[in-house]
Amino acid sequence: MATYTLISSNVLSGSAASVTFSSIPSTYTDLVLKASARTDRADYEDYCYVRFNGDSSALYSLTDLKGQAGSASSTRFSSVTGDFFFYATASTATSNTFGSEEIYIPSYTVSQSKPFSLFTVSENNSSTNSTIDVNAGLYRSNTAISSITIQSYNSANFVSGSSFALYGISKN
Amino acid sequence: MLILLLEHLSHYTGLGENKVAATYEPIATTTLGSAASSITFSSIASTWTDLRLVLVGTNVSSGYMWILRLNSDSSSNYSNTRLYGTGASAGSGRSTSVTSAWIGDSNLNNSTTIPNLSTIDIFSYAGSTYKTLLSTSSTDLNGSGNVIGFVNLWRSTSAITTITLLNDGASNFAAGTTATLYGLKSA
Repeated sequence: MATYTLISSNVLSGSAASVTFSSIPSTYTDLVLKASARTDRADYEDYCYVRFNGDSSALYSLTDLKGQAGSASSTRFSSVTGDFFFYATASTATSNTFGSEEIYIPSYTVSQSKPFSLFTVSENNSSTNSTIDVNAGLYRSNTAISSITIQSYNSANFVSGSSFALYGISKN
Repeated sequence: MLILLLEHLSHYTGLGENKVAATYEPIATTTLGSAASSITFSSIASTWTDLRLVLVGTNVSSGYMWILRLNSDSSSNYSNTRLYGTGASAGSGRSTSVTSAWIGDSNLNNSTTIPNLSTIDIFSYAGSTYKTLLSTSSTDLNGSGNVIGFVNLWRSTSAITTITLLNDGASNFAAGTTATLYGLKSA
């Protein structure tokens, strides 16, 4: 039986401060969230929070690996309030360019801490403000994930044309 | 990115008027009821184009790296290039003529509540050329951990029929570790 089933998708026809996938069924094994995003922040890029179950407590942590402006770096963030390495392009970037993101969340319903991986790119033909980023994330909650929210860390809005899709993967 | 989204939409059914052939099929899954030294997927059919393997779990002992072998080959037919972030520094490394493909992190802990994640893509696994594997290892322990991207090469022209997951050392996979193999078709 085939898997990788679309649970829900949202292509913005106007601006939005956040995007939320709620009432995520518990019938899958893993989740994959894919997005193409741009915000109206007055900069080349914007970085966005990914939060689970509306939880903004310090239960997230990240090990980050980034390539930007010709250099690579790695940073660790412990006990933070969301994964904020979801990169979107922003208003100063080349027009019609969007950041691309994939978040893989295995075993999202199990009663233990949940690792996840996030891969994001923001390429807009800029020599200094394009980014490729991959990070290992951990959500230290034993609660099944039933909602995912993405919003700008800088209080900007996603613009029209930004798209988000959530897929469920079943191992059986 | 919208084009990529449409391509992924083709990977499942249930789109009403836009239904397309299904792909991304689960082949087999294993969840360990007790600690084990290895997890093996055998008799893999040549039906698909690519394979994806998802491994989530922990080791009984820390400090050992996750590896895999193809068709039980433990000869020096593997090599890899890797890009890693430790949280303090970024770097790259290369290993040639090694005895396994590297898919995980040597900093794996033995916590039963903080699992590690590795995803492995194996392209054209049934073809008659050398095999490329692309994998990502995600290990964050809220104060330590690594994120690593690997590209591995298996210098064999044989179709892959067996995949064995192991630790590079004396550790076992802990109970609760889950490995799932998926097949992806190109058409």
